[in-house]
Amino acid sequence: MAEVTRLHELTYEVKIGDVMTRQVITVEPRTTMAELRAILRDHRISGAPVLEGDALVGIVSVEDLIKALVAGEMGASVGEKMTRNPVTVRADESVVMAIKYFNRHGYGRFPVVDARGKLVGILTRGDIIRGLLRQLEEEYHREEALRYRVSHIFEELISDLTSITLRCRVEAQDFESAGDASSKIKRALSRLAVPPQIARRAAIVTYELEMNIIIHTTSGGEILAEIQPDRIIIRAVDTGPGIPDIEQAMQPGFSTAPDWVREMGFGAGVGLNNVKRCADEMLIESPNAQYTSVKVVIYLDHERRPAEKAA
Amino acid sequence: MDLKTIVRELALEVRAAAGNLERPVTGGYASDLLSCVMAKAQAGNLWVTLQGHPNIVAVASLLNLAGLVVTEGVTPDPATLSRAEEEGIPILTTPLTTYTVVGRLFALGIPGVER
Repeated sequence: MAEVTRLHELTYEVKIGDVMTRQVITVEPRTTMAELRAILRDHRISGAPVLEGDALVGIVSVEDLIKALVAGEMGASVGEKMTRNPVTVRADESVVMAIKYFNRHGYGRFPVVDARGKLVGILTRGDIIRGLLRQLEEEYHREEALRYRVSHIFEELISDLTSITLRCRVEAQDFESAGDASSKIKRALSRLAVPPQIARRAAIVTYELEMNIIIHTTSGGEILAEIQPDRIIIRAVDTGPGIPDIEQAMQPGFSTAPDWVREMGFGAGVGLNNVKRCADEMLIESPNAQYTSVKVVIYLDHERRPAEKAA
Repeated sequence: MDLKTIVRELALEVRAAAGNLERPVTGGYASDLLSCVMAKAQAGNLWVTLQGHPNIVAVASLLNLAGLVVTEGVTPDPATLSRAEEEGIPILTTPLTTYTVVGRLFALGIPGVER
C-alpha cells in the first residue's frame, strides 16, 4: 500500500535526468541505414538520436530501419529516413511528465536535453521503471538502517535490565482521539523490529485498554508499554471508578457501556476477552473498586510463551 | 483481487484514499462491533460495516486493513474521511446492505476468516 503511493509520489519527485541513460549512442545524418543496422545490433538498442555537430536534428528507430529494409533502401542516409524535429524532454522535468509524453505520443524513446537544448541523454520506459525501482530500493535501505534493532539497543545500553517505556495519556470520553495511543505504541514496536504478529497482539491489547479508559473512566488514565529484551509489558492505569466484580467484567458480552456508546460499535462486552486472548499473562486489579489497573505481558520469544494463541 | 476491481464490480463510491486501490485484498470481514473486528479481521482484509465515525479508521489502520466498505448509504463523518485520507485507508461507500455486499464479495471469490 505504502509503496504504491510512494511510487506515485516518486514520479513527481524524481527528475528525468536521474533515471535517463547518459551514455547515448548517436548517429549522424550522413550515416547510412546499413551502418545504422550494425550500430543498433551491436549496441542492442532500438533507436538513436541524430546529431549534426552538437545540434539534435532528428531521431531514427528500428521501425525506420525495417521500412528501409522492406523498400530496399539500405543505402539511403539516416538524414532522409529519420523523424525530424523530434519531441524532446528536459532533464530537469519530473518523471511524471515523461510518462505523460509516452502515453500521448506513443514513441518508444525520447531524447533528453538540458536547458539550452543540448542532448544529455535518452529515456525509455525501461529507464523510468529501473530508475524508480532503484529509488525505492535506496529508500528501503535507508529506512532499514534507521530502524533500530531491539537487540542493538539492548546490547549497547548495558544494565541489569534495560527497557524502553512508552507512556501515553488517554482522556475520558475522547472518542475523537480514540486509537491514538495504540497507534503510537504499534508504530514504536514496528520501528523496534518487533515481529508483526506480536505487534498485532500488542496493538489489540492497547486498543481495548485505551477504549476502556475512554468509555468507562471519569478522568482518564494512562497506557504504558514497556519493552524489555524478551517481553512487552503493557499497563493501563486509571483513576476510577473501579470494577466492583472483575469476574463478571471478564464475562463475554457483559458491558456497562451506555447505549450511545454501543451505537458506535463499542461496549460489545468482549474487550477484556480480546485482551486476555492476546496476552501471555494478564492481571486486573481494582482495589476497593477505586480504580483499575491492568497488566499484560506478551513474550517476544516463542519458547517462553505458554501456548500459541489463536489469532 | 485488488480493491480497484472490487470497486468496479460492486459500483462502490471511493470517498477516501483513492490512490490506494491497487492493494490486493486478502479476505473480508463484516461487523459493526469494533472489538470483534479487532479480534478477527486480518491484515489486508476488506471490512464491511455501517459505522461511519472516525474510530473505524483507527481500527483499520491498527490492523493494516486494505480498506472499508460503509454500507446502507451511511455517510461517513468528515473527520472519518480526512483521517482515512491521512492514513491512506480507502473508504468505499454503497447504498447496498452489508448482507448484499458480503454476498457479492463471496461471489467474486473474496473469502472470509473461518472463525
